[in-house]
Amino acid sequence: MWAAALAVAVLLALPAVLSGYAVTIFILIFFYAFLAQAWNVVGGYAGQLSAGHAAFVGVGGYTAALLFERGVTPWIGMFAGGALAAVLGAIIGYLGFRFGLRGFYFVLLTVAFAEICRILASNVEAVGGAVGLYITFTGNPRQFQFQDQRAYYYIALALMLLATGVTALIERRRFGIYLTAIREDETACEALGVDVLKYKLLAMIVSSFLAGLGGTFYAFQNFSLQPGAVFGIPLSVEIVIRPIIGGAGTLLGPILGSFILTPLGEVSRSYFGQSGLHGAHLIVYGVLLVAVVLFLPQGAYPYLRKLLSRRNIA
Amino acid sequence: MTEPATSSNRPPTFRREQALLLEVHNLSKRFGGLQAVKDLTFTVGEGEIVALIGPNGAGKTTAFALISGFLAPDSGTVRFAGRDLRGLKPHEINALGLARTFQIMRPFPRLTVVRNVMIATLGRHRDTREAERRARAVLDEIGLGAKAELPAGVLTLAERKRLELARALGTEPRLLLLDEVMSGLTDAETERIVELVRALNRRGIAILLIEHVMRAVMSLAQRIVVLNYGERIAEGRPEAVANDPRVIEAYLGDEEVTRAPA
Repeated sequence: MWAAALAVAVLLALPAVLSGYAVTIFILIFFYAFLAQAWNVVGGYAGQLSAGHAAFVGVGGYTAALLFERGVTPWIGMFAGGALAAVLGAIIGYLGFRFGLRGFYFVLLTVAFAEICRILASNVEAVGGAVGLYITFTGNPRQFQFQDQRAYYYIALALMLLATGVTALIERRRFGIYLTAIREDETACEALGVDVLKYKLLAMIVSSFLAGLGGTFYAFQNFSLQPGAVFGIPLSVEIVIRPIIGGAGTLLGPILGSFILTPLGEVSRSYFGQSGLHGAHLIVYGVLLVAVVLFLPQGAYPYLRKLLSRRNIA
Repeated sequence: MTEPATSSNRPPTFRREQALLLEVHNLSKRFGGLQAVKDLTFTVGEGEIVALIGPNGAGKTTAFALISGFLAPDSGTVRFAGRDLRGLKPHEINALGLARTFQIMRPFPRLTVVRNVMIATLGRHRDTREAERRARAVLDEIGLGAKAELPAGVLTLAERKRLELARALGTEPRLLLLDEVMSGLTDAETERIVELVRALNRRGIAILLIEHVMRAVMSLAQRIVVLNYGERIAEGRPEAVANDPRVIEAYLGDEEVTRAPA
């Protein structure tokens, strides 16, 4: 508890000493940790491997951007986007869970869903088509726009803490305890009186709502939305890989995963990118993923915790 | 116990002196060309111990799946405490007070033993602390209290059987369906489970058990239902059933079968 409070205090104070570039890296760390934590609810705790979470980010971002064009502030559009993402999450979840799609089949369903979203967004001119949406910069905080990158830093940090707080609450309640059992054996859960369909759906709704909130942040930090970027498989991979590396189904796993992967991704992206090797950061991800699967199958966080507790005993 | 209003489709074995908890009537289930359960009818009274026996493949486990809602019957009805279970999902049937164990045990291997039982107790106790207290009480009763903090995956076979029982018990059932909770155990372990089942029954929990360990069946069951090829071929008190020629034939095969060329 004290460690958590201390960490938050440090993160709050950090922008005072960080360079502009470091601030943008931290924004990405927090933002991806937030999305990873959102995924963690359904993918980590409940064990339902959604590989299409980018779609919820995209739906949330597009909703807020389109509402903004019609004069609605993104501070409201954000929740409208989250709500729409949650509705879609509920529909996809219902389709998948009601008809018993597990493992790879659920992965395929979620990928297909995100791809359909991407193709729709690319071809419907009313939402910008293949060009996407561009947001005029006003610099007005009431319109979720800031001159100072440090504002985005604090918003991204708040989002990460929000998702982690929600996950911590879920983890302690009946809901969260049920999810960890659903991940292990759904049939046994049913025999013990657990309404598996209901709890998996709830997890999906919470998760897609949070991811949908993130869409607004994405849109109003980049001032643009491209179908390929927000609905595409690469973003879904970015979301999934952090909790897997850090420890899926643990509270701090997604955050640790983001602290490891985001700087690594950024550094390798700019390093290899300069020499014309675009996408080389994916090779780094791949190598790391293989290493984690081989040596730390539970992820980095459970391993770290074991190390620390062993040292405390000694 | 008040009797259900629809008394016209009563199973023929209905005995008026005992309130009925479970009424299985003309239950049938076919898998492709295999008639797994055929016109099965039997009852379990309030507080009774009934054993369901029969050779391998006789349809006992299928009958359990049909009663607990994991399979939908092709025809026939299951009533529990006067209520038709048709269309209810397994978790809804469990909430009514009918709990089952699995022949192939299904612990949550990465959860601790106490968490395993909490999944059961949380159904009736939403508060996690109360659910944990109840789970520990059940574990103490079952004799797994000392293992509460271990992940269930490391338990021995005998311990996993007891965990399966503890979890079913954690849902606070009125009727417990036990699917071979004694097979594969040593005599001493079996004896302990028999004592445990008897103690649960004394507390008013009715028991329906599938069991191959005949010594346990003979000492526990007040009534035995014998299945063969999905059909009930005998029913009655243990001694009567054990001496029934049809039962002996079902287990040992009839003359034609034993004479058939290899």
